Amino acid sequence: MENELKLASGAMVALAVATAALVVLPYIQVRDLKAPAALKPYTEQQLNGRAVYVANGCVYCHSQQPRDRNLAPDFSRGWGRPSVPADYVYDKPHLLGTMRTGPDLFNIGARQPSKDWHLGHLYQPRAYVPESIMPAYPFLFRLKDAAETGDQTVALPPNYAPVGKVVVASQDALDLVKYLQALDHTYPVLPAPDTP
Amino acid sequence: MDSAILSLLGAFLLSIIGLFGFIWSLRKGLLVENPAAASVIFARGEVGKIDDPALAGDEQHKMQAAAHPDAVSAVDAAEIADRVDADRSSAFPVFMFIAFACFWLLIGSLAGLISSIKLHEPDWLVQQAWLGFGRIRTIHLNAVIYGWSSNAALAVILWVLPRLLRTRLHGAIWAMLGGTFINAGITAGIGAIAAGWTDGMEFLEIPWQIDIFIFAGFALVILSALYTLVNRRVEHLYVSVWYMVAALLWFAVLFGVANLPGVHTGVQQATTNWWYGHNALGLWFTPVSVGAIYYFLPKIIGRPVVSYNLSLLGFWTLAFFYGQVGGHHLIGGPVPGWLTTLSIVQSVMMIIPVIAFTINMKGTLKGQMHLARYSPTLRFMMFGGLMYLASSVQGSFEALRSVNAVTHFTHFTVAHAHLGMYAFVSMVMFGAIYFMLPRVLDWEWPYPRLITLHFWLAALGMAIYFVGLSIGGWLQGMAMLDAARSFNESMTLTVPWLKSRSVGGVLMTLGHLVFVGHFFAMALRFGPHRTGAALFWQTKELAHGK
Repeated sequence: MENELKLASGAMVALAVATAALVVLPYIQVRDLKAPAALKPYTEQQLNGRAVYVANGCVYCHSQQPRDRNLAPDFSRGWGRPSVPADYVYDKPHLLGTMRTGPDLFNIGARQPSKDWHLGHLYQPRAYVPESIMPAYPFLFRLKDAAETGDQTVALPPNYAPVGKVVVASQDALDLVKYLQALDHTYPVLPAPDTP
Repeated sequence: MDSAILSLLGAFLLSIIGLFGFIWSLRKGLLVENPAAASVIFARGEVGKIDDPALAGDEQHKMQAAAHPDAVSAVDAAEIADRVDADRSSAFPVFMFIAFACFWLLIGSLAGLISSIKLHEPDWLVQQAWLGFGRIRTIHLNAVIYGWSSNAALAVILWVLPRLLRTRLHGAIWAMLGGTFINAGITAGIGAIAAGWTDGMEFLEIPWQIDIFIFAGFALVILSALYTLVNRRVEHLYVSVWYMVAALLWFAVLFGVANLPGVHTGVQQATTNWWYGHNALGLWFTPVSVGAIYYFLPKIIGRPVVSYNLSLLGFWTLAFFYGQVGGHHLIGGPVPGWLTTLSIVQSVMMIIPVIAFTINMKGTLKGQMHLARYSPTLRFMMFGGLMYLASSVQGSFEALRSVNAVTHFTHFTVAHAHLGMYAFVSMVMFGAIYFMLPRVLDWEWPYPRLITLHFWLAALGMAIYFVGLSIGGWLQGMAMLDAARSFNESMTLTVPWLKSRSVGGVLMTLGHLVFVGHFFAMALRFGPHRTGAALFWQTKELAHGK
């Protein structure tokens, strides 16, 4: 081949086809999606918690996309119905995830609503799930000699509480738990309507 | 439903029509073999001469004797002089990109090793946020993808293009400015990730504000490459030129579109994410590496590629099929069904370019495989080429719904990704650097045994990494699909395999220490001074240091 213009235009046409299929068509298809009535926008605190989730890369071990029953037993594990595009209208960046080193979190708020459990589990996962390989997040907490007013102390199982100290949750930890509690997509959705 | 079938059919037909249209328009004599075109990488009289600058003088003679003992024709001195000029013009920028690549390789390996160990030692290094798994893993990814592989790829492109276009590198200073921008951007990006500032999507973590610098840097390098291209002094563009020029253009579009702020949202952002994520491999690292093999492998053994038309078929099928495979990362997810189906179809179609490449390389190497015993560079290239076949065929099958149901969300995918990015791309880049650097620095590799040591550490480490993690990932997937077993079982059963991955990672990291140490020794002019013997042409005065 002798012509660099043919090379460049051919290469660009090939990529344009791919872009049309994987970027532009999905854009057109989901652009006008309405949020399901039961799905609430995130509050400011939940959004901050979501930012903590993003900043610490929770997405690299936890998906947020339960699969269909005929593909995998996600539903019987209590992870919820298969998700639909409308579930994600408030999600930016998307956190669908590609790994399940840990369980799917799309409905963790419904499955485990306890704030105390989440705080303690973030501080030391193995206090609650001995075989867990989830990292501990002690940097989201502070150790103090005694709790001050307004401090949210973390109730830990015996053997895991530091001796003579109390564990106080930081604002980031509290916000993250608020976000996790908000991950509740148990409301019913109609099957995705056929686009004409 | 109708739109789904229509768009699927439309895209598929368009691919096929486009493919044949281009093959037809580019080469009217489709079935006529073109040995002249395949030979443009050689100077007149050079066919039959082995060429491996990483070998010391007597080793070269041994390899030549093993390859073509009776090749005696004289090489055209003018063409060799052109090549020396081309090499000289690109030496400085190429050295800069290789040096950056080596730096990021060390950072990336270390971050990768820490992440790997953290997966089975979850209470290790947890006091600092930046050492948390989610961040250090991301630092690893960005350091090896953008830092190591992209810098190495740019070094290869800037070195090979002037040689093949028989001209000096135009705008070298702009390429170097671009390299500075890119690496400043990567440094800032990795700092941002460590500090918790991220765009939050795999492969696209570097904040878009910083991406502007990286994009500008790439644009400068591309301009230099294109300027060199239009000032070429050859009629024919060798296949490596297509791969590399196309890869540059593709990457610029991919990187620009995927990082556009404020456009992508929800599941569309997810499809864009994986359109980008897979194309970073498919339309950036793969074509550069394949282009590198198409240049270095025939050059080392002194024999042109057997079928030039097959390489053409490989190029255009890769261009048309690879771009559309990204949706297979979202099989079973909340995305339109036609999209994942399209991606699965094109993933399987990828077998065509891969087989075309493999047949071609097998034919070119026919009867010359034994040369790998002599030439370390060839060993890296052959290993990389073979792993391209392995990872691509594995990827095609992994995209099938039945297989994907098991492997999705598991470490099997991670093992597959490393087979592509490490066993294929990185090994080719290592081989290319071993070939290029003696020409770039006018100096020999001071300790040739270290090259062999590096090869075996990398190959063995990768083998342990891949086999263990693939088994672990598959068992993990099977456990996850079994409703009778708890989810935690799918996690705990991977732990021994995660440990074996760390063992493989240690070996690979050791290999990188050997490689980068060797690079420094060479750059600082250590080792026995044997320059001249390694240089195929002996035209230059040797003025360094003495």
